[in-house]
Amino acid sequence: MAPGGPGAPRGEIVALQGLDLEVHEGEFFGLLGPNGAGKTTTIGILTTRVKPTSGTALVGGADVAHQDVAVRQRIGVVPQRPNPDRGLNVLENLVFHAAYFGIPSSVATSRANALLEQLAILDKAGAKVEEMSGGQQQRLMIARALIHEPRVIFLDEPTVGLDPQTRLSLWEILRRLHAEGRTIVMTTHYMEEADKLCDRIAIVDRGQLLELDTPAALKQRAPGGTMIELTLGGDPASVVEAARAVDGVSKVEAQGKVLRVYSDRGGRVISPVIQAAEDGGVTVTNISLSEPSLETLFVARTGRKLD
Amino acid sequence: MTTTAATGYARPIDSSAPLPSVSAWSVFVALLRRDMIVARKEIVFFLIRTTMQPLLFLIVFGFLLPRMNFVGKGYQTALLPGILAISLSLAAIQSVALPMVQDFGWTKEIEDRLLAPVPTRLIAAEKIVAGMIQGVIAAAFVLPVARIVMGPIPALTLTHGGQVLLVVLLGSAAFSSLGMWLGTAIAPQQIGLMFSVIVAPMLFFGCAYYPWRGLDVVPVMKYLVLVNPMVYVAEGMRGALTPSVPHMSLVVVGVALLITVATFWTLGIRSFYKRAIG
Repeated sequence: MAPGGPGAPRGEIVALQGLDLEVHEGEFFGLLGPNGAGKTTTIGILTTRVKPTSGTALVGGADVAHQDVAVRQRIGVVPQRPNPDRGLNVLENLVFHAAYFGIPSSVATSRANALLEQLAILDKAGAKVEEMSGGQQQRLMIARALIHEPRVIFLDEPTVGLDPQTRLSLWEILRRLHAEGRTIVMTTHYMEEADKLCDRIAIVDRGQLLELDTPAALKQRAPGGTMIELTLGGDPASVVEAARAVDGVSKVEAQGKVLRVYSDRGGRVISPVIQAAEDGGVTVTNISLSEPSLETLFVARTGRKLD
Repeated sequence: MTTTAATGYARPIDSSAPLPSVSAWSVFVALLRRDMIVARKEIVFFLIRTTMQPLLFLIVFGFLLPRMNFVGKGYQTALLPGILAISLSLAAIQSVALPMVQDFGWTKEIEDRLLAPVPTRLIAAEKIVAGMIQGVIAAAFVLPVARIVMGPIPALTLTHGGQVLLVVLLGSAAFSSLGMWLGTAIAPQQIGLMFSVIVAPMLFFGCAYYPWRGLDVVPVMKYLVLVNPMVYVAEGMRGALTPSVPHMSLVVVGVALLITVATFWTLGIRSFYKRAIG
């Protein structure tokens, strides 16, 4: 799959600009970015639900704009919010989805039962979808995305709104799918999720690609080690110089009431930095400390937090 | 040592294998089967929703008023085909417009069908055909009920079954296509408005409760109502079910309905496509 620079101006809004990336076969690929970064638009384009106004995107060699039928044959999609067919029961949801891909109902029924069992919702096979919890519906969506055995699976923020335990079990499912050699493209705005699951991550913001690498390489690229954020009672600008002079501080930024200090020596710089602030007549109201992570990289690249 | 994917969710993926070919026809049949299964589950609500209003009208105007001698016996003959026309049109329009408004408006349930490996327009076409079938079902339900409520109607004949079926099919297709257009073009919060501003005038000025010839007394209206496709369904039903009473020529009816179907089909499918692909 090789989406190349899909640009999607919709009206006045340009959702994506020059987003060039290639996902390899069998890869677990993450698109990480805050809400409004253009992740859902990217998935929309790659799953043929949004027409790109310029640029090209290929899925398994098929062009999303001109060969939409061929693309759809290759993909399974797990939507951001479960959208099962409420007119049908759980098993029918799967068997009919398979039928839309030309799979006979005998084959589809046995596949559906196997999927429901593996996803631990076989007891709901005859139930109405409204009788399922949010997490169970999301698992049904995963079963639906798999029933026609697609080559590429797209998941759009699959764990949003799920409780932590359900999220963990979903991660387990995704890991197993990946282990089977499936190509998975997932969007998320959870750092941890991208870090733990993905082979490679593209960090996107405002429709642009900021970073693209393995989680480990991205973390190494995070600037200056530990990030310490101090919320100040006054203007941080007056403290920047003094903080920069502290031994072990590699970089200092001021933004609003927040002073961001990058330290080579972990938290040991905290007390001299607080001292420097107070010497400058500014009180410190809050301190947070983050190890080098995707989060600190993201903040360094965009000046914003992820969520 | 290599391990096999014993924990697998499906068969291991062989990406070099050729993709199975999917025939558009088999997908169309699957889509239609889905809509028929859902319709069967909701048949009681469906019939109440679409035939209650015409049947109530029938009880008052086809049963009570003739008995009270407020209207002549001949009125029943004019009313029966009109009631059938209204039932099938309401059923066809609602069977498509309501799910479209819901699916595109908030539930997004149609997404699973939009992922089917067939041209998006085929999915729209299937919805229209499903709506047509539901129009036919409503007509088949109302005809015997109407006959029971009204008692014997001297001019009624079922000898022109082919013509009846043709009018029913064309009428259902016209209103099902209209339902597709309205359901995809109108904002969800305006759906109530659709019924009072578009559908209600169609029913009342559709020559269903009175024959078109009756409008001779108001010539302006007689020609104005010709823009309303309901007129042709009602007059077509009269021509096919009660041919001995005056009615519009079936050729005119057929041509007008074909034009209506072609117009709303084109508009409906185009509008569906716009909603489906952002």
